[in-house]
Amino acid sequence: MLIGHFTEQPWQDDKSGLMGTQSTDLSISNGLYDPNVGAHLYNRYLDEKVYAEEMGFDALMLNEHHSTPFCMQGVTNVGASILARITKKAKIIILGNVLPIWDDPLWLAEQLAMIDMISRGRLVSGFVRGGGRESFAHNSPPHYNRERFQEAHDFLIKAWTTPGPWRWEGKHYHYRYVNPWARPLQQPHPPIWIPSTVSVETVKWTAEHRYPLVLLATKLEPTRDAFQLYHDTAEELGYKSGSQNVAYLWKVHVDETEEKAEEVGRKYLSGVSNPFLAGNEGEVNSAIMSLPGHTSRTSRRLSTTAFGPAGRFGTNRRPFEDQVNDNTIITGTPKSVLPKIRSVLEYLRPGSVFFWDGDGAMSHEDQMRSLRLMGEEVLPAVREMGKELELFSPFEVDPSTGEKVIQADSLVP
Amino acid sequence: MSHASTAWAMETVHLAGADLKLIKGGSGEPLLILHDEMGHPGWLRFHELLAQNFTLYIPHHPGFGESPPLEWVMNMRDLAGWYLEALDDLGLGPINVLGSSIGGWLAAEMATMCPTQFKNLVLLAATGVKPPEGEIFDIYQVVAKSYLEASVLNRTQTPEFSDVCPDDPSPELLDAWDSAREGACLLSWRPYMHYPNLPFLLSRLKNLRTLIIWGRDDAIVPLSAGELYHSSIPGSELVVLDRCGHRPDIEKSSEVAEIINGFIGT
Repeated sequence: MLIGHFTEQPWQDDKSGLMGTQSTDLSISNGLYDPNVGAHLYNRYLDEKVYAEEMGFDALMLNEHHSTPFCMQGVTNVGASILARITKKAKIIILGNVLPIWDDPLWLAEQLAMIDMISRGRLVSGFVRGGGRESFAHNSPPHYNRERFQEAHDFLIKAWTTPGPWRWEGKHYHYRYVNPWARPLQQPHPPIWIPSTVSVETVKWTAEHRYPLVLLATKLEPTRDAFQLYHDTAEELGYKSGSQNVAYLWKVHVDETEEKAEEVGRKYLSGVSNPFLAGNEGEVNSAIMSLPGHTSRTSRRLSTTAFGPAGRFGTNRRPFEDQVNDNTIITGTPKSVLPKIRSVLEYLRPGSVFFWDGDGAMSHEDQMRSLRLMGEEVLPAVREMGKELELFSPFEVDPSTGEKVIQADSLVP
Repeated sequence: MSHASTAWAMETVHLAGADLKLIKGGSGEPLLILHDEMGHPGWLRFHELLAQNFTLYIPHHPGFGESPPLEWVMNMRDLAGWYLEALDDLGLGPINVLGSSIGGWLAAEMATMCPTQFKNLVLLAATGVKPPEGEIFDIYQVVAKSYLEASVLNRTQTPEFSDVCPDDPSPELLDAWDSAREGACLLSWRPYMHYPNLPFLLSRLKNLRTLIIWGRDDAIVPLSAGELYHSSIPGSELVVLDRCGHRPDIEKSSEVAEIINGFIGT
């Protein structure tokens, strides 16, 4: 089992007032952005990641969003580059780079190869299509989102695995000279994981490529449905998938007392930049959330049928009590969170999990306390559960073959 | 809304290797009407008035409404090139053409490629050039209904607005709007709603009679774009309508039909 840490890296500035009212609309002006606050927060979130590794997390998960205060990291590769140098053992899991918004994926191939080398082979390179927000913010053609994802993916794999120079004359990308002077340390290339919310097309594509699928804070039942769809697709394709093929991210916070845990847990749903807070999310701009052609109209209908209308925002915006009741938020003392974590592991059988913590209005102290308690009491116990339930990460069992992996520890000095 | 006094019918025609839904109605010499980014809005009073003097040919552009998309088309010039072959196959010879908004851009691109294809060109609040002043309204930042609401100057004084954009659109209409926006997005996402070099190419229209019609209060494509079309097309005529937004076809249907009849008829 692999256990990772995640935070959206929320903007926190008490002087700016509630920002969530506009954060999904891409209409909030960055005139409100105070770079002094930004400088403090970026360093804080890096410190927390370093401490998470120290406390025993196997993986540090990073993401990016654009032009929104709920996630400060617009360039996930910057965070990953720094962690590559200042951490030692933890996997650096980018979930993920938004392929369709890259007009120059060769540059991305170079960046990721550098991160892989500097981290001595600890990079996991996730790829996403991104939401309407990302296409909108970087002016990427929404109607070609899937095509560009596919072509950039194929290009990156070739750029990492086929010695240059060679040419690429595709539909969306064109190069006369592909010969990057940087190649990934992990061979043939860094592992690729695919995060998703509830897209049927993405789940199937991921299973077809035998990449691990990471479900992001979805409710448990649709998550299990998505995992089942993955396993069924794998079976149709003639390979046996298992826990190594599926991963789950959800909100887990631990604290010193139950009272404190509830008080801080409620901060998941507050904070100036938090779009998940009821009353703070404003009016979702449905035009941007469903840009023309971004998702095929048949696919939209399919996913509604398969997973219900509540996507990620719907799931996360529900009242605190509802989320606690169905374990999409687990907050408590180490003793009280463990049985709940176990029930999620038993229900979903993921080989990798990410605890989403330190978000919303949580302070640095809140996060550091939780990380310490996780390291002391939660992570060792969850690891034991993983063994008992036979949950294996992609670093233990190869997701493409189901064979045991021989650990390549020699990559890490 | 249908005005039943003139018969019209939709047929499927196979042109330039593709199936195209084509609406035909009226009598007189042919007038090709190229619809805007929301698709063909139905047979309006404007069509009824024009159909008295012309046989209207109103295709659903590939990828809009009921015409299947052409997978290889990636921009407006691709579509314009295809349309010219479609007109070859239609076999009408040089014809009159009228394009609204994105349909006006399409007509202008076709005319730059083959000005002799057309007898008269009418551009109605056309996109296609970058306005020297102001910006083209970003239709993809709002839902279809909000865009339509922004497109007319005064909804209550535009009786046909509720036909084009009912308060409570049917699922079929919402689907048609979605489809049209997908078709339009392909042609106009970036550069947004224009081709930077079009003004340089428009001088080739010097021997094509061209009428440019614009609402002075157009909140979608600023009047400065109309003035740029006018200055880029030697000999063109620009008519600016007071108290009119982006939809002269429904906001000033009688006046515009009369202007067009007069222009083409002379």
